[in-house]
Amino acid sequence: MQLTASATDSPFVWRIEPHGKMRVPGIIYADRLLIEAMDQKVFEQVRNVATLPGIQQAAYAMPDAHWGYGFPIGGVAAFDPDEGGVVSAGGVGFDISCGVRTLHTGLTLADLVPHKKALADLLEVTIPAGLGSTGALRLGHHEMERMLSGGAAWAVQQGYGSEADLLRTEEHGCMAGADPSQVSERAKRRQRGEMGTLGSGNHYLEVQHVAQVFDSATAAAFALRADEIVVSIHCGSRGLGHQIGTEFLKSMAIKAQDHGIWLPDRELACAPIGSHLGQSYLGAMRAGINCALANRQILTHLTREVFADVFPGAHLTLLYDVSHNTCKRETHAVDGKRKQLFVHRKGATRALGPGHPDLPDGLSAVGQPVIIGGSMGTASYILAGTQRSEGLAYSSSCHGAGRAMSRHQATRQWQGREVLKDLERRGILVRSPSLRGVAEEAPGAYKDVGRVVDAANEAGLSRKVVRLEPLICVKG
Amino acid sequence: MRPARFGEHQMQHAGTPGWEHFRHIADIGVRGCGRSLAEAFEQVALAMTAVILDPAAVACGESLQIEVSASDHELLLTEWLNALIYEMATRHMLFARFEVEIRGDILKARAWGEAIDVARHQPAVEIKGATFTELRVSRSEDGLWRAQCVVDV
Repeated sequence: MQLTASATDSPFVWRIEPHGKMRVPGIIYADRLLIEAMDQKVFEQVRNVATLPGIQQAAYAMPDAHWGYGFPIGGVAAFDPDEGGVVSAGGVGFDISCGVRTLHTGLTLADLVPHKKALADLLEVTIPAGLGSTGALRLGHHEMERMLSGGAAWAVQQGYGSEADLLRTEEHGCMAGADPSQVSERAKRRQRGEMGTLGSGNHYLEVQHVAQVFDSATAAAFALRADEIVVSIHCGSRGLGHQIGTEFLKSMAIKAQDHGIWLPDRELACAPIGSHLGQSYLGAMRAGINCALANRQILTHLTREVFADVFPGAHLTLLYDVSHNTCKRETHAVDGKRKQLFVHRKGATRALGPGHPDLPDGLSAVGQPVIIGGSMGTASYILAGTQRSEGLAYSSSCHGAGRAMSRHQATRQWQGREVLKDLERRGILVRSPSLRGVAEEAPGAYKDVGRVVDAANEAGLSRKVVRLEPLICVKG
Repeated sequence: MRPARFGEHQMQHAGTPGWEHFRHIADIGVRGCGRSLAEAFEQVALAMTAVILDPAAVACGESLQIEVSASDHELLLTEWLNALIYEMATRHMLFARFEVEIRGDILKARAWGEAIDVARHQPAVEIKGATFTELRVSRSEDGLWRAQCVVDV
């Protein structure tokens, strides 16, 4: 029998009523076209997440949801430790705290154009990208421990950026509760040469311009002006996060039975929040979040050095840094009662609304910047958190376009060299070590990010502020 | 055990040893097929290298040994692929020839390859981990073993 999501009173909300072992309903935010194009696996995965112990209210999926590991990518679910709630390594994913940050440059399109090629060339040689690339920084044992505890705050202490950057990073740049002793030696070894590297796949550094302003008051509060040049960096916790994910996924799958947890899919591997394994994972995963924050902070520093060379006097400030693969302890209202919950966001962005106490001065009045990365050669968007989103999906929104086509299909359809030429004709310079990688990431292989963002906007998950168009893209 | 061949992109005929990729929307599935469990594991390792680049582009001058264990064949497959991913990441190497021996819960293997040369190899993507998604190890009626899972890239 085909599992489907049913329409509701709102054209942007779809429901899977509880059946079988589901403890709560599934709720998917999307428009009709997106839901019709959604992989059947998304519905199965939403249903499976809804069976996990201690889940609160509903298993949610964002408009960009697609087939993931256990959880759909674009999945949000919260668990109450007092009701046997679980923490899931699959619910966070392999790339712990993968995220995006956007930097203001103070430059305009007219400033950039004459120097575009020089900037692209210098970024290419400065930003380590792709398989086999290493960063200039190699961490010894003690420094690795400090980085895992300190995150972006550690990086700033090392001279990579300023305190002002931390105010514009989730958790003020340092995830509390990280326990580096729970991170294996193998994970640390895998990270040794990878600090300040971009990675590969859909990770990128893009130079973009503000092409369209939807909400000028909020754009002004974000200090975004039409034609301004910004830089967006999309990457995560590199080898360390991947190794933590790999190891805990296995341990949680093996231990599930001992914990009395029935898993509809091994990839949903999880452990009770209060269990030894659950606590151990939380300590390691938070260290992974710090690794990602430190990594993006170092890449920010490298970007600033490049801009200082090409545009002497340019001052790059951080608009905001979001993470989209995390599990965080947060307070939310459930049936009118305030509860401490462990909120999993797998390919979903935290999106705090106006007035939230965790927002810094300057953002409190308008809400958190929600950065939605497009694919190579397509638009990205900056949205703002809404108060409504708290009641919709624990203040969460979508995270990107999501693939519409597999890598294999993409390489059959496009040649890397042609993709590069086509993008160059459109004024977009791509720098990548791999032509096959470029073909696999061709713009046509992704869903229409504009449609995803419109659905998030209409559903009330966050609201559109500006659209960014790419000019230079450094890919792994 | 006979070393694994450099496979074609697709298995040429059903019922013969080889490897192939299968569809996963965000990532990619790797499948190996062999007359023994060990040969299927060799082939799936080749399929994984082919996610990164054509295995024929890798010179097999250096080798290393890998040993992993797990309580069932499926977990053993993810352990094997994750051990290769770890060696690729920490040694900055690519592998294109494998000899696998499986006895009970224990897999012992030798993997041959070379250091990554980004300019020459142009690796398309980095593999983050082998997942439990579409994870299956089975023997079909034709006697062939099939081993598969999705790898996160």
